[in-house]
Amino acid sequence: MSTKPVLKAYVNNPLWLLAELTYDCPLHCPYCSNPVQMTERKDECDTETWKKVLSEAREMGAVQLGFSGGEPLLRKDLEVLVAHASELGFYTNLITSGIGLTEKRIKGLKEAGLDHIQLSFQAANADENDLIGNKRHSFEQKLAVAKLVKQYDYPMVLNFCLTRQNIDKIDDVLALSCELGGDFVELATVQYYGWAYLNRDHLLPTKAQLETAEATVNAFRNTQGDDEPKFIFVTPDYYETRPKACMNGWATTFLTVTPDGSALPCHSAKILPLTFPNVKESSLEKIWHEDFSFNKFRGLDWLPSPCRDCDEKEKDFGGCRCQAFMLTGDMHKTDPVCDKSPDHHLIQAAIAQSQQPTENLFYRDPKTEIPVHLIQE
Amino acid sequence: MATPKLNPLYKFQFEKAQDAFVLLYPEGMITLNGSAGEIMQMVNGERDVDTIISDLIAKFPGAEGIDKDIHEFLDHAHEKKWIKYVD
Ligand code: SF4
Ligand code: SF4
Repeated sequence: MSTKPVLKAYVNNPLWLLAELTYDCPLHCPYCSNPVQMTERKDECDTETWKKVLSEAREMGAVQLGFSGGEPLLRKDLEVLVAHASELGFYTNLITSGIGLTEKRIKGLKEAGLDHIQLSFQAANADENDLIGNKRHSFEQKLAVAKLVKQYDYPMVLNFCLTRQNIDKIDDVLALSCELGGDFVELATVQYYGWAYLNRDHLLPTKAQLETAEATVNAFRNTQGDDEPKFIFVTPDYYETRPKACMNGWATTFLTVTPDGSALPCHSAKILPLTFPNVKESSLEKIWHEDFSFNKFRGLDWLPSPCRDCDEKEKDFGGCRCQAFMLTGDMHKTDPVCDKSPDHHLIQAAIAQSQQPTENLFYRDPKTEIPVHLIQE
Repeated sequence: MATPKLNPLYKFQFEKAQDAFVLLYPEGMITLNGSAGEIMQMVNGERDVDTIISDLIAKFPGAEGIDKDIHEFLDHAHEKKWIKYVD
């Protein structure tokens, strides 16, 4: 229920649905953005619930659909859901670690109408890749999957999560991406949510590392031919002075549904002290337009000072609610990444702290410690 | 004569919510305006540019300077890699 009336005509419908089918994953990356408290398999939405969600989202005008997780391939009904989505006219994206993507499944998914596969790597060599994901032979499997993705004519996006441990080998990442024939390559410096926030002190690259990597990518771009991969470099906002326009504005464009059916305006919002609605209990239409949590940070009226009087508020909407909450303890505050925020010193302190981690580095579930010396230069 | 076809990286469809033709690609969407949508509908890997022009003139007999618009859009689409030329 909303506290203030929202005129439906002025609220955009979602364009993007992220369906997090399961949090379960064969890998245990320490930078995983999944919540530290993960839903168990038995509490996951069933096939019919997911089909209902897809139909309702499409009816509202959503057109991009991401099947994600965890590892969505662990859901045996993935092909059924892809077929349903495809019939509805979605552009379907599979966001996968590649583990478990056999030729049989890649063929089945093609027949079901899957449009695109995004394959993630933990590093550009077997030793580091397998160590970071905590699974032996996973690099080999990913290479085989990349070949199959091409063979079955899917557009292929490669995703490399960059951290202090692997960012210095960006050259190898660029070379591997070209060799595999990715259409787009995301070089995504990890953002600090979920497990990545827990491990932030170990993961955050130094400013110098980041600048070198970015310069390397820029130089490489200038030498590239027409048919080579398009590289997209994502910097962590900790080194910025303006926050990102998180989710293009709260509840304007993106809708995430988590494994247990919670509907969120962004995939990490579950950590906020808000009660989020569940798709098992309500229609997406009702959730999107009427739920308190979706209206809470919609638009600009709720903005705190200094955003309220800032002429950049239409650019970033005050930044990320989760980041404000994680760093200041108050989700209503200006994102501390902004140097106009009175809390900006918290970001600077986090950067300083990351030079001397006091906690250990943990794998995502099970909570095992990683022998850091093995993955640091 | 050159024959354009859709780059397989893109999917072209009509979106009711946008009331427009769109090009979809991994995690993104380009919304086309009315005339761009009409031209893209003609791009099928079989019609060459001249045929596209004559078919569109037949469809919109009153439209002036339509061939210039078509060339301009196709150039733009090619530069953006939305389309490729078959030969
Ligand atoms: S980041 Fe790693 S552990 Fe998390 S879902 Fe992706 S592959 Fe699995
Ligand atoms: S003060 Fe607020 S609105 Fe202004 S730039 Fe910073 S975060 Fe954005």
